[in-house]
Amino acid sequence: MLQRMRKPGVYFIAGGLAIFVVVQVLLSAGVLNNYWRGIIFWGAAVSMVALGLNLIYGFNGQFSLGQYGFYAIGAYTSADITYRWVHNDPSGVVVVLLGSLLAVGLYGLVSAFLRRFYGVTVMTRFTCYVLATVLAFFIAVTVFVPWLGPVIDGVLRALPEVLSRQIVFFIALVGGASLAGITSFLFGIPVLELGSDYFGIATLGFAIIVKVLLDNTDTILPFPEMKGARGMIGIPQWTTWPWVFAALLLVILVMRNVLHSSVGRAIVSVREDERAAKLVGIDVANTKVLAFVLGSIFAGLAGGIRAHDQAFLHPQNFNFIKSFDPLIIVVFGGLSSMTGTVFTGFFWIFLLEGLLRLLPEGFETWRLVVYPLVLLLMMLLRPEGLFGQYEIPFLRRTVPPLPPQTEEAAAPAEEVTA
Amino acid sequence: MIGRPEGISPEVEARPIVLEMEGVTQFFGNLRAVYNFDLFLRHGELAGLIGPNGAGKTTIFNLITGVYRATQGRIHYVGADLLELPSHEIIQMGIARTFQNIRLFTHLPVLDNVRIAYHPHAGYGLLDSVLHTRRFREKEAEMAQQAQELLEIFGLGDRRNDIAGSLPYGLQRRLEIARALATNPRLLLLDEPAAGMNPQEIDELMELIHFIRDRFDLTILLVEHRMRLVMNICEWITVMDFGEIIARGLPVEVRNDPHVIEAYLGRQAVGIR
Repeated sequence: MLQRMRKPGVYFIAGGLAIFVVVQVLLSAGVLNNYWRGIIFWGAAVSMVALGLNLIYGFNGQFSLGQYGFYAIGAYTSADITYRWVHNDPSGVVVVLLGSLLAVGLYGLVSAFLRRFYGVTVMTRFTCYVLATVLAFFIAVTVFVPWLGPVIDGVLRALPEVLSRQIVFFIALVGGASLAGITSFLFGIPVLELGSDYFGIATLGFAIIVKVLLDNTDTILPFPEMKGARGMIGIPQWTTWPWVFAALLLVILVMRNVLHSSVGRAIVSVREDERAAKLVGIDVANTKVLAFVLGSIFAGLAGGIRAHDQAFLHPQNFNFIKSFDPLIIVVFGGLSSMTGTVFTGFFWIFLLEGLLRLLPEGFETWRLVVYPLVLLLMMLLRPEGLFGQYEIPFLRRTVPPLPPQTEEAAAPAEEVTA
Repeated sequence: MIGRPEGISPEVEARPIVLEMEGVTQFFGNLRAVYNFDLFLRHGELAGLIGPNGAGKTTIFNLITGVYRATQGRIHYVGADLLELPSHEIIQMGIARTFQNIRLFTHLPVLDNVRIAYHPHAGYGLLDSVLHTRRFREKEAEMAQQAQELLEIFGLGDRRNDIAGSLPYGLQRRLEIARALATNPRLLLLDEPAAGMNPQEIDELMELIHFIRDRFDLTILLVEHRMRLVMNICEWITVMDFGEIIARGLPVEVRNDPHVIEAYLGRQAVGIR
């Protein structure tokens, strides 16, 4: 029995390792040029964003169009951290990392405080958490930056450049992900109370707000280095294949482990029947926020990966039309199939960008005809998605095998009836 | 005493009170769904709540479990006020219910339907889930074991892998009761458990209800249409019509009450009986 349980894990690790090595060798040997490298990295990032949406929509049943908003937040945040770092300003590292930690700590306090009262309205809770966030980042900017900034800066710059760059990149990725998580937490508290369709519209609104703010980062927001609607340039190109692979693997593993636990069953039960879930004692509101925040963190992480590969960010790449991309990928790959989402994430980027090179000259624009046609045919011929409910064995949610003692207990009972 | 009939044995009357409902009134706009409803349940009782369609029986269940907030009145469970609490906290305090039209998690396996109900008592958090710690593995094994035992009690042990929606109707009813019991309740609210069952299945259900009451030390409130079931297993019965209590008593008394026969069974039934 133990062998049977471990086998999918072994195959998964072996397969993952093989893919990692093959791609690394092809990249090092120059078989895959910079263009294809970009396609692969982009595909991985989009897969992560779509996995996050699959958790929110496919597994938790909350129709969301705001996924690109969190992707954008992750991208711009991490880009800003590294941009400032290479321009000898450690404030990004300090504010985002310590501010997020402080905010999460304050959330713990606020939630413990609110638990002492009965019947606290959603808006009250929301206000408390917003105030906690503002306080955390205010402290980070006014206290941590002048006091801890030079210390952290000194320590990191004392390290060899190769090492400090990886550490800062790691902090930038974590920072982007955590800021996306914090935003989704604050946004999710009031908005997830809405029914699924209304929630979808509200998230679309969120994606548009993010886009508009990004257009005005240098005017409304105090971030001149993001250059508003002209697009942010000068982001260090630090994303490498090991980083991409590790991030994608992390997202897959975290999502898989959560879904295979009691938390995951609670998440799925909310999709199945919200009322019934509530009446077997599941805290539906909390479960929704959890899935939403987790899915947004994945998107934020993907944003960091993408930003440091492309080295250029433009608000137009995060507009609300783009917000449909992850939705298309999730539905195309098969709702609540992680395998399908990852596969389709890469496939989608290949369809949009890869065909640009593969189609004969003069026919490139035909890809914009090909992909809607593929979508149309797909929905007509296989509406459950490319993979339907299929998962590779390692990711499949299974019922655990019978414990041995109940098998023995069941055996004599069968003899009696026979 | 309000909320209870006369003539219940002193031995039962000495037991602690589990559920108190006093003066409970519920309006939906101008519609008076429930008016001045009283009900006191003592530990280990099996009480019935009957009435014609639309009498407000299911509304009572929804009021107890926090689906609706009572416009007026008092609902206490083992001394705690339920009116301020959200549904999931009421359930976690030890009240479980089933639904008139079965509400299983139809696309999930039978075992998962039960395991979901264990979630509030899973004993591990998100971090254990993400890392699949030892604590996670232990608690998961424990949960699967408990769920399996519960399923075997309900004769669903060999159906653990089946998708809940694919089970025959009678087994879906049983699974729903099993899921309710997985929340570890002290008070069980059964909403028309015999709906759609044939006489033989009803006999089995009656046995099952008695069995689970003793096995899990439950207090049970039963809403039902089937008179045979109610008259046979309930210790006392409350009859509602148009949101108000019209009769209350032991099954024999209720059965012969002309108000009940008229309101619940229809005017012609008076002649038949």
